[in-house]
Amino acid sequence: MSDAVETRLITARLNARPEDSWTIDGALASGAYNAFRQALTMNAEDIGKEQVAASGLRGRGGAGFPAATKWSFLPPDSFPRYLVVNGDEGEPSTFKDRMLVERDPHQLVEGIAIAAYSIGCHQAFVYLRGEFALGYERLMQAIKDAHAKGFLGTNIQDSGFDLEIVVHRGAGAYICGEETALLESLEGERGMPRIRPPFPAIEGLYAKPTVINNVETLSTLPHIITMGGAKYAELGVNKSTGTRLFSVSGHVNRPGNYEVELGITFRDLIYSPELAGGMRGDRPVKFFIPGGASSQWLTGSDEHLDAPLDMDYVQQTFGVMLGSGAVMVYDDTTNPALVAWRLAKFFAHESCGKCTPCREGAGWIEKVLYRISHGDGRPNDLDLLFSVGDSISPGVMNAPFVQTTICPLGPSAVSGVASLHKYFKEEVEAMCTNGHASIPVTAS
Amino acid sequence: MTGLVTELVSITVDGKTVQVAKGEVLIKAAQEHGTYIPRFCWHERMKPVGMCRMCLVQIEGVRGFPPACTTPVAEGMVVNTLSDDVKNIQDGVLELLLVNHPLDCPVCDRGGECPLQDTTLAFGPGESRFTEEKRHWEKPIAISDLVLLDRERCIQCARCTRFADEIAGDPLITFNERGGHTEIATFPDEPFASYFSGNTVQICPVGALTAKPYRFKARPWDLSAVETSCTTCAVHCRGALESSSNRLVRLLGVDSEPVNQGWLCDKGRYGYDAIHADTRVRHPMVRRDGALVACTWPEALDAAAEGLRNALAAGGASGIAVLGGARGTNEDAYVWARFAKGVLRTDNVDAQLGDGLPADVVLGLAHATIADLDTARGIVVLGVDVKEELPVLYLRARRAAVELGVPLIEISPTATGLAPYAAASLRYAPGEQADVVASFAAALGGAASGDAAADTAAAALAGRAGNVVVIVGRGNLAEHADATVAALAPLAALEDSRFLVALRRANVRGALDLGLAPGFLPGRVSLEAGREWFEETWGAVPDERGLDALGILAAAAKSRISALVLLGADPIADCPDASLAAEGIAGAEFVIAVDTTITDSNRGADVFLPVTTWGEQDGTVTNLEGRVQRVARKVSPDGTAMPDWRIAAELALRLREDFDLATAEEVTDEIARGAPAFAGADSALLRRARDGAVLPLADHADTLVLGPLSIPVTAGSWEPILPGHVDGAVIAAEVEVEVEVEVAIDTADETVEVTLVETVVVVEREVPALHQWSGATPATTRPGRDAYALRLVSSRVLYDGGVTAAATPSFGALIRPAELHVNPQDRDRIGVDDGVAVRVTSARGQLDVPVRADATVPLGTALLTWNLPGASVGTLVDATSAVTDLRVESIR
Repeated sequence: MSDAVETRLITARLNARPEDSWTIDGALASGAYNAFRQALTMNAEDIGKEQVAASGLRGRGGAGFPAATKWSFLPPDSFPRYLVVNGDEGEPSTFKDRMLVERDPHQLVEGIAIAAYSIGCHQAFVYLRGEFALGYERLMQAIKDAHAKGFLGTNIQDSGFDLEIVVHRGAGAYICGEETALLESLEGERGMPRIRPPFPAIEGLYAKPTVINNVETLSTLPHIITMGGAKYAELGVNKSTGTRLFSVSGHVNRPGNYEVELGITFRDLIYSPELAGGMRGDRPVKFFIPGGASSQWLTGSDEHLDAPLDMDYVQQTFGVMLGSGAVMVYDDTTNPALVAWRLAKFFAHESCGKCTPCREGAGWIEKVLYRISHGDGRPNDLDLLFSVGDSISPGVMNAPFVQTTICPLGPSAVSGVASLHKYFKEEVEAMCTNGHASIPVTAS
Repeated sequence: MTGLVTELVSITVDGKTVQVAKGEVLIKAAQEHGTYIPRFCWHERMKPVGMCRMCLVQIEGVRGFPPACTTPVAEGMVVNTLSDDVKNIQDGVLELLLVNHPLDCPVCDRGGECPLQDTTLAFGPGESRFTEEKRHWEKPIAISDLVLLDRERCIQCARCTRFADEIAGDPLITFNERGGHTEIATFPDEPFASYFSGNTVQICPVGALTAKPYRFKARPWDLSAVETSCTTCAVHCRGALESSSNRLVRLLGVDSEPVNQGWLCDKGRYGYDAIHADTRVRHPMVRRDGALVACTWPEALDAAAEGLRNALAAGGASGIAVLGGARGTNEDAYVWARFAKGVLRTDNVDAQLGDGLPADVVLGLAHATIADLDTARGIVVLGVDVKEELPVLYLRARRAAVELGVPLIEISPTATGLAPYAAASLRYAPGEQADVVASFAAALGGAASGDAAADTAAAALAGRAGNVVVIVGRGNLAEHADATVAALAPLAALEDSRFLVALRRANVRGALDLGLAPGFLPGRVSLEAGREWFEETWGAVPDERGLDALGILAAAAKSRISALVLLGADPIADCPDASLAAEGIAGAEFVIAVDTTITDSNRGADVFLPVTTWGEQDGTVTNLEGRVQRVARKVSPDGTAMPDWRIAAELALRLREDFDLATAEEVTDEIARGAPAFAGADSALLRRARDGAVLPLADHADTLVLGPLSIPVTAGSWEPILPGHVDGAVIAAEVEVEVEVEVAIDTADETVEVTLVETVVVVEREVPALHQWSGATPATTRPGRDAYALRLVSSRVLYDGGVTAAATPSFGALIRPAELHVNPQDRDRIGVDDGVAVRVTSARGQLDVPVRADATVPLGTALLTWNLPGASVGTLVDATSAVTDLRVESIR
């Protein structure tokens, strides 16, 4: 049994003041904007080059790219430049940014302000998932209040620094969480990924240098300023520094968001009484998805459960990713083909239609998985799936994956197929032969 | 061709190392060296979008499979397009593209010339494993009056949507929905009403977009094609003209860099139906007992010759006039000029009908080429609505302004199609054109003009290099041409100004170049300058300068013209002064009509000589920039119609003069020998000159590109068709082409490499000097204004009531009825609602027409489109007055 506990940085305020963490008064009473004030006294460029670089902070949106490096790609003398906040959290089972926006919007505003100050940007945009009605309301109020208190606007805190934030609500397309599709959408175009190069850091929003950071990434910045980058880096493991917010769902006793220090194991996350609290009815873990719907899966084996939450380790060892930090856990009553089908259906529905392999392939995969999981599988269906997957992500099993599409949505649709092939080949083939799944009927 | 020096880099494609232009996308660089990388979405003339994923390749040192269409080449790049992995991806993409494709090839127009079919056969897996239900949509749906969309066939390559947005500037089609449900759609209640919609059909890589005029008319393998130039307007876009069973069924754009870059307008693309119209006159006719009756050619020609002889006897050469000639070929124009001026010795000859600009100006301005727009310091559009009159020139000007950053200044009485792309728009009321242009020209020359708007417009060109290219036309038929001439003078005086004279009618430039204008002889020489030269070659020329069209009609109205030849001319429809035209024709004693159809103007003719038209005859034409290109015969005319030039030669024979011309090419060669500006442009050179030849050759020899000798056009090619692929025999290299043999001996390798180097040499001859405009400004008076009057602007639109549009069923719904557009304040002053008929009265005439408020029309101005059903604007115009003022009243 595990005794792992939460390490609360970005969730400190919302846990400490559940009654008013989102208000300006509640936020100020718990130290909001002190880090920003401190940052304003620092050399702007040093914040990125020294503090953020030293912190080892990596993007929390899914790709895990080092934040300081991303900022460093901005061409030195090109202005204006923009900061865009990716708040279009739409990955199935991921629900961490929503909590941060709804319950601690000032932490986000403060993070935006610090990042903008550091990169020399005076206009930031928040692309917020359209369904976040409460989050939108609270973020707008937070921006208004931050203005009133002189944390936004012109000549902020007499520093000479100006910053405005525009909040744009998405219209319900998952693809707009892909950063270049997000930029297209923000510009009023159809949300479809752009060809790179040019990368957004060179030619992003309105063809200007642009940094795009995730809500959680930016919400972490105030803590890096307060603690110091080096101190922050002491948290975590290897190159996965600090804490991360994991959205645990599925057949666990306590589904929810948990902020933990990176480096604890999946077993800790799933079984610790302070965290997800173990499996429903004490059934065994059959498999789990470690990093959001796009990721390939892991199983309930000791090898997998005892793997540390270390982005590089899981990538290199198992070919999976921590992605957006969403962990979906399934017990032995689950038909893996049905899970694969439901996820494929999501990706087929959300494919933007730009690249042929994803547009047509995701739909085909969904159709074949449907018939398998609904008892109409055919003997060679798993091979067919693998072959269609190979047209979207050549090799299928590669980590990191190879893709024939512009953005990773295509390969994401293949993750389920790869996982079935890797761990449940016999079970699925038996289903294709017998016409039904061999799983225990749910007892509890 | 642009003279730019390109840096080369060395890349290796499938083991072959080649030199390519740095920065070029890989797919194009590879193709230029013989490696075809399959593709659907990439099109050379549009920005790459990288979405079909058919062109993925492997590049050494690059992880994964980058698309060749978005990857620029770089020094040392090693590319593999043939590996098993690449092949696997090609199989995959094609199988996926066919997952939802209906495979209804047997009933699809594209079947047999379909890139999806061809690519599947060449690169695909051969078999599909998809057994599920395919996606279904209603098929087909009309997205405009000319284009139908079958969404089931669509492979979502975005060629059509990108064309509409990037090239045409009509973003009226777009993707709707997403993923597997992605479809091309128009906006609700807003059809894809673009003048360029047909291009989307041509570049569609499947049969998703089909053209109403062509649907189910032919199978591609039954078609044969020739390369030709479209003569719907004076741009002369290159095209591949296709027929089946002696019927023209399709015109496809051919990509000619200096002219049309592959595009056509819909009027040009689908106008061929007019050639097979039932209204075509198929046999010669003479008037007997008051009626035109069919007869034999000898009878008709004898009757015409006799009429001309009688006229000569009665009133001498000045009693004969020839109107028209702008619809034919250069050969037609030349032989008619020779007949009229060298045999009949009359100078009363005019290819324009008072609806253009004086030949003196057209021929004598410093000329620009269309391609000069790309590199201009600035583009000045004076008067003319380029989008309506010369649509593909509009595409080029729009591209220069939008993509190439060339500032465009629009100077016109009302907003034209280029207004959205103009850096500045200067508006003038009819009669005040010269003042506005003078201010602008002064500001351009660096002087303070005192006119803030003109200064701002001129400032847009500041700090840029290159010439100022002025596109000038006759934007307002209700205003005297002298107004435009006067306005041109200060622009022509600028050192770096060059002109594109935007006269619309087919071969008007060729006709003027070849002497169908008073005071001119073939080859851009004036009557005076060329007198000696042509007396030597022809034996005779007119004694004195003759009348222009308005002069001829006025003289005829006073019975001073005994014989009038209407050479494809319809003055009653096309002359701004319709009443004068009608009186003139009625006043001519003997009228010879040389035409394709009966019109109001030639209905009373004494002899009707039916002629062949575009698509039925070989020859050459000259476009608005002075570029001579070939047109080709594809079908035989029904009946016994003859080319215009042959009729002139036959008539000459009957007046005891044998031109000794047997074929159109012989005429071309006689022009090249005898017409100074055409020196060297003989049939042999023109057959090989890939992009035609801009005249005079001596000034443009660097732009001549000699194409391959004889590569036939493949029917229905969907790729940009490259020019120069014309059927034809090998020419003998004459004085124009010097062939040099370079021999390189590699001693190490013991090989000998022989290279043929061709150099174009223009042999200069002692010829009369080409005409230059003196810049003399006609005396114009600024007409006074009546505070209650509206000043009339009558400009042309693409789909009008003209012969082509009227005889083409596909265009029926596109011709809008006439409406009087006035400023909303003026409309309120008239006191009627939109759509209600008002009474319009000028000094000349009166008509009733519905009114509409239009905020783009300045106060005090009224816009009434020329030649639309419901309003004969010509009846309002007095060609001798400077402007046309209207009283507009409600009808009670």
